[in-house]
Amino acid sequence: MQDAGFGYQGGEPLLSGMTLSLQPGSFHFLTGPSGSGKTTFMRLCYADLLPSSGRMTALGQDLRGLTRDGIAALRRKVGVVHQDPQFLDHLPVAENVALPLTISGQPVDMAAMRDLLGWVGLAQQARVLPGSLSGGERQRVALARAVILSPDLVLADEPTGNLDWDMSMRLMQLLIELNRSGKTVMVATHDLNLIRATKAQVAARVLRIANGTLQLAGADL
Amino acid sequence: MKLPKLSGGSVKGLDLRALVASLTGDGASGDRIVPPTGFTAQLTLFAAGAMAFLAVFALALSLATGRLADRWAESLAQTVTVRVSAPSTEIEAQTENVMQILRATPGVGEPRLLDDAEIADLLTPWFGPDVPVDALPVPRLIELPIIDASDFDTAGLRLRLEGEVPNAVLDDHTEWRRPLVSAASRLQMLGIFSLLLIAAASAAMITLAARAALAANGQVIRVLRLIGARDITIATAFVRRFTRRAALGAGVGTVLGLLAVIALPNMEESGQFLTGLGFQGWGWLWALLIPLVAAAVGFLATRWAALTMLGQVR
Repeated sequence: MQDAGFGYQGGEPLLSGMTLSLQPGSFHFLTGPSGSGKTTFMRLCYADLLPSSGRMTALGQDLRGLTRDGIAALRRKVGVVHQDPQFLDHLPVAENVALPLTISGQPVDMAAMRDLLGWVGLAQQARVLPGSLSGGERQRVALARAVILSPDLVLADEPTGNLDWDMSMRLMQLLIELNRSGKTVMVATHDLNLIRATKAQVAARVLRIANGTLQLAGADL
Repeated sequence: MKLPKLSGGSVKGLDLRALVASLTGDGASGDRIVPPTGFTAQLTLFAAGAMAFLAVFALALSLATGRLADRWAESLAQTVTVRVSAPSTEIEAQTENVMQILRATPGVGEPRLLDDAEIADLLTPWFGPDVPVDALPVPRLIELPIIDASDFDTAGLRLRLEGEVPNAVLDDHTEWRRPLVSAASRLQMLGIFSLLLIAAASAAMITLAARAALAANGQVIRVLRLIGARDITIATAFVRRFTRRAALGAGVGTVLGLLAVIALPNMEESGQFLTGLGFQGWGWLWALLIPLVAAAVGFLATRWAALTMLGQVR
C-alpha cells in the first residue's frame, strides 16, 4: 500500500496517504475510534473496495488492475472474518465451512473437515444450521471457513465485537495459532485490553487510524 | 488443539466444460449453494410446462399443414382434366376426338371419361343430391392421369386441343392448386412462427424468474463473493437449477400435449381438417425435442440473466 487513499463517492476522502507493507507471517492489529475507517481499510485489503488514489498491491497483484475473476482469485487467498459473519442459512455448519472448496471445485476431505471443526471447537455442531449458533460459535465457524483454503492472509474485522472476554480470547488464540503456522494476520479492533493480552503471546504491530491517516502505534499498548 | 492441515494448493477453475458436466451429472454440492425451494421454482415449472404443451400443438399444426400442402400438391399434380362443352348433337363426336388425342399424348396413362354418376357427385355440393344431370347441359369431363411428368407437355396438349377440338379445355388444376398450397404453406409458417414465439416467451419468463431468484438470494451472492466465488460459479448454481426445472416442466407439458393430440378424433372417422392435426412417423421425434429445447432456452436465459445481474454489482 503506497500513498493509498479512499473516499466514498461524492464524499470527503475517508482515508489518505496510507503507506504500509505487511510482511509474510506478521501479526498486526488495526485500531482506532469507531467510524475512523477500520472496516473501510479492511475492505480495501480484500478488494471489496478499490483505492481512490495511490497504489495498493496484495499478494503481488495491483488491486486496481484486477479483473473480476482476479478479485475472486485474490479473495480465495485472503481469509476474512467479520464482526457479523454471514452464512448460507440453509446449509449446515460443515457445508458452510466447506463453501470455499465447493465454489472452487475442490473435493471436501471429511477427515480434514472434522479436524478443522475440532480445532475451532465445533465438531459437535457440524450438522447444525447457522441460525441456531451463538455469537462466539458463528465467529469460529467464520474463522474455519476463512482458513479452509489455507490463505496466505487472514483479516478479522472486529471479530470479538459481540463476544464476551473469554470467548474473545478463545478466538484470538486461534488467530495466534494461525500466525504461528506462518499466516499473516491482521485484526481490526478498538479493544485495547484484547490487544495487550494478545501481545503477551505474539509479536504484533499495532496500527492506528486517526484523522484519516494510518499511523504506527507505539509501545504504549 | 493443534492447527489442522489445511487444503491449500491451486484453485481449479470452472470452465464451460465443467458447466456442461455439472448440468448433465454431478453438480450436487454446487446446487446446494442456492436455497432449494421458492416461488420461482414453481413459476418456472409451470411456465415451461404450459409452453411445452402449446409447443406440441404448434409443432403438430406445422407438421400437419406441411403434409397437407404436399398431399394437395401431389394429388392435384398427378392428373389433368379435359372439359368438353359442345351442343348435344356434337358432344359425342368431339369427346371421342379428344379421347383419341389424349391416348396419343406422350407421358400419360389411359384417359377416363367420367360417367353421369360421378359428375352428379361433383355437382352435389352446389345442386344437392337429386341433381338431374341428364336435363342439364353438363360438359363431359375426362380425367387424364400423368405417368411421366417430364414427358408430358401441358402447353403442347393445350395448343393441339385448341386447334383440333376448340370446345375442349385442358385444366391442369394450377388455378386451384396454387392458392391451396399457398394457404397450407402459410399455415405451416404460422406454426413455425408460433414455436418461435413460444420459445421467446419461455425465455422471457425464465429470465424474469431467474432475476427474481437472484434478487431474493442477495445474501447468498454476498457470501459467495466474499469467499472468492467467480461470477460464472455463482451463475452456474442458478443455471443448473433453472435448466433442470425448465426441462422437467417441459417434459411434463410435452407428455400432456402428446396425450391431447393422441386424443383428437381420428382423421378417417370424420374427414375434417383439424383431425389431421397430429404426428406421423418421424414427426413424433420432433415432439421429443421440445424438453431439450426448453432446457437449452432455460440454460441460455438464466445464464444471460445471472451474468448480467452479477456484472452490474462489483
